Amino acid sequence: MEEMLFYDRMQFAFTITFHYLFPQLTMGLSLIIVYFKWKYLKTQNEQYNHATHFWMKIFALNFAMGVVTGIPMEFQFGTNWAKFSELTGGIIGQTLAMEGMFSFFLESSFLGIFLFGEKILGHKWHFVTGVLIMIGSWASGYLIIATHSWMQNPVGYEILANGKFVLTNFKALFLNPWLWPSYLHNQAASLVTSSFVVAGIGAFYILSQKNVSFGRLFLKTGVIFGLISSIIVAVPTGDLLAKNVVKYQPVTFAGMEGIFHTEKKGSEIVLIGQPDVKDKKLDNKIAVPNILSFLTYGNWDQEIKGLDQFEEDLHPTNISGLYYAYHIMVGLGTVFIGLMVLSLFQLIRGKLFETKWILWSLMFMMPFPYIANTTGWYTAELGRQPWLVYNLMRTAAGASPTVSSGNTLFTLLGFIGLYLLLGMLFLLLIGKIINKGPHHVELSTEKI
Amino acid sequence: MEFFWYVVLMGILAVYIVLDGYDFGAGIIHLFLAKDEQQKKAITNSIGPFWDANEVWIIAAGGVLFFAFPTLYASSFSGFYLPLIMILWLLIFRAIGLEMRGQVHHHMWEAIWDKAFGIASLLLALFFGIALGNIVRGVNLGMVQNGVSTQEPHFFFLPLWNPTFSPQANELGIIDWFTLFLGIVSVVALTIHGANWIIFKTNSSLNTQLKNVVFKLNIVLLILVIISLQIWHFIEPQPFHNFVENPILWFFPIMTFVGIIGLFKVRSYKKDGHGFLFSTLFLVGGFASTAVSIFPNVLPSTNNVNPSLTIYNTAAGEYGLNAGLSWFFIALFLVIVYFVIQYRVFSGKMDDIGYGEH
Repeated sequence: MEEMLFYDRMQFAFTITFHYLFPQLTMGLSLIIVYFKWKYLKTQNEQYNHATHFWMKIFALNFAMGVVTGIPMEFQFGTNWAKFSELTGGIIGQTLAMEGMFSFFLESSFLGIFLFGEKILGHKWHFVTGVLIMIGSWASGYLIIATHSWMQNPVGYEILANGKFVLTNFKALFLNPWLWPSYLHNQAASLVTSSFVVAGIGAFYILSQKNVSFGRLFLKTGVIFGLISSIIVAVPTGDLLAKNVVKYQPVTFAGMEGIFHTEKKGSEIVLIGQPDVKDKKLDNKIAVPNILSFLTYGNWDQEIKGLDQFEEDLHPTNISGLYYAYHIMVGLGTVFIGLMVLSLFQLIRGKLFETKWILWSLMFMMPFPYIANTTGWYTAELGRQPWLVYNLMRTAAGASPTVSSGNTLFTLLGFIGLYLLLGMLFLLLIGKIINKGPHHVELSTEKI
Repeated sequence: MEFFWYVVLMGILAVYIVLDGYDFGAGIIHLFLAKDEQQKKAITNSIGPFWDANEVWIIAAGGVLFFAFPTLYASSFSGFYLPLIMILWLLIFRAIGLEMRGQVHHHMWEAIWDKAFGIASLLLALFFGIALGNIVRGVNLGMVQNGVSTQEPHFFFLPLWNPTFSPQANELGIIDWFTLFLGIVSVVALTIHGANWIIFKTNSSLNTQLKNVVFKLNIVLLILVIISLQIWHFIEPQPFHNFVENPILWFFPIMTFVGIIGLFKVRSYKKDGHGFLFSTLFLVGGFASTAVSIFPNVLPSTNNVNPSLTIYNTAAGEYGLNAGLSWFFIALFLVIVYFVIQYRVFSGKMDDIGYGEH
């Protein structure tokens, strides 16, 4: 049983980590694409339309990867987490079914039209199609986060004698106090990823003296979108979300911040340190006194509960994992804001395109928003453990009762192999598109 | 309410079979019949703008199944664990085959992805038929051994096959001679369906050949269907009892019959779309007839200890099912609008290079 649960969790973690690399780009990128097409409509400058085509091509490849790696997510609820599906399907199935009906159809129908229909549609309708794709991808994120929020903070349910959760209030699913801060935080974070990718490829073009005029356009756009979104990720959305965690999952918050012992006179904020779970302390700690209390409650001396206030049974299963995930996310987020502020400063002075070190930094920064988003997701999920549905259902109680660990291991290995192949192919093709450059991209009338 | 969501679920699945069915069929034809580059392009381009959206119907079906019949979802997805994960892999493989092929122009690269697309399509058609066979045949719910249930009454797990390959063995497997037979029926039917789609959407040099293929395969299909009516008795001694009680339901078998008879005339139709219409009738009629014959069961139990899963004992709470109505019709309306737009934008036959500059 232990072993099976381990493989089940590994499989879900692996497949969702890989899957989420793609939608986090496409959700943000859809907005930037709509922006480019809108600029084209306004200025009639062909460069903007080329930019639309170029990013649409990258969008399409990421979207396809997102779709093919997304279907396993839905299946795994039933295959690997059958008990969880049986008991809660009447509730979380609702939002997942809505995602399929409302967003996937919208996106997949209009993506084909957007890619192959520009000449048939004309530019205005082409723009409208782009907006519809964006709505579809943002709605998809919304409904997934609604599902996720219910697991973090269950609302609108009743538990029957046989253990089944039944829905008693449909609206509550969408008024969940956990939902909006998480959703906006997530969307802003995905805009960070796409901004850094746009800016990074812009920097690459300028540094390599290829497609320089596009390089400048991408860099400028990426820096402006990047600065706005990386600030929104921290304030207000990140801040609101953290306050939610304190309110609804205080033990998770203690784990995230590495507070082993409650400090009566206000909590310090830990900048660096390694949690030592066994001896309940942080090694090599660098911390600033009382800041955490202020950030959380607006009061320097407010007490924040430490892990010692909770029964060990309720502690997050993997405290060090949770702590690191959270600190990597916050640390990287701070770096993003700093880099984008500097970039914007140079942009306003008119020197961004010549400042080599910023260009190099932006180019090498491209993978880091992916890491920040992934660790952000881990923070949420590790924070919820050992619960599958917070405070109501343990993770161990959700696995499929009849599937053996051997079968789960077999499929886990299969997914690893398949996704390695997929990942290599994806990088190969993305490299080809970027190398060819925006001048040569045509949204052809021919699919294959 | 359970009945309403059951009809919705079956409706979505029927649409999925018709739409992704022609993709699978196109893949099978691509594998066996396409001779040169031009014919291959004609086939893949004919499904180019559609296959992605077609695939969404199975996600939608999964979603509705999940929220309306959570117990059925949990039971069947964990019970058919191995084949479902393999279906997933095949769906992924087929999609990357389609996406990757045109990205690099090298004959080996193209050959690899052509095969990936074709073989995955063939296996998917086979597996979906086998899946249908499993649902009709039923499974050992609750894993009864020596008259005692060893699991919760609605959970089970099936390996890929059993040593005796028999649908009536104590230890059932996914693949036995009965389910394999339905798998073959599915491959033949979807090949015909895919051929009709290509005939409908292209002016390819393949078209005349395909009309002959449809005619020949249709003879095979007719024979297979007649045999399947015979062997159905092994599984369900009274396959027609629902039809006897509600004679109006004979509509579906008649529809199947009209479809299969209509297919014999593909060579002489004035309009190329008619063949597609008849293969659609056959698929929808056949699927609906099967669903009607086991109703209200959705997963029959092969043992006497545990009850079969029905739409009633697997459904979610009444409030949730009602709440689903509040968004479902809006969503359905939107989906229909999208499909009308999509099929209008890419309407008619395509020329040599694809849809577009008309």
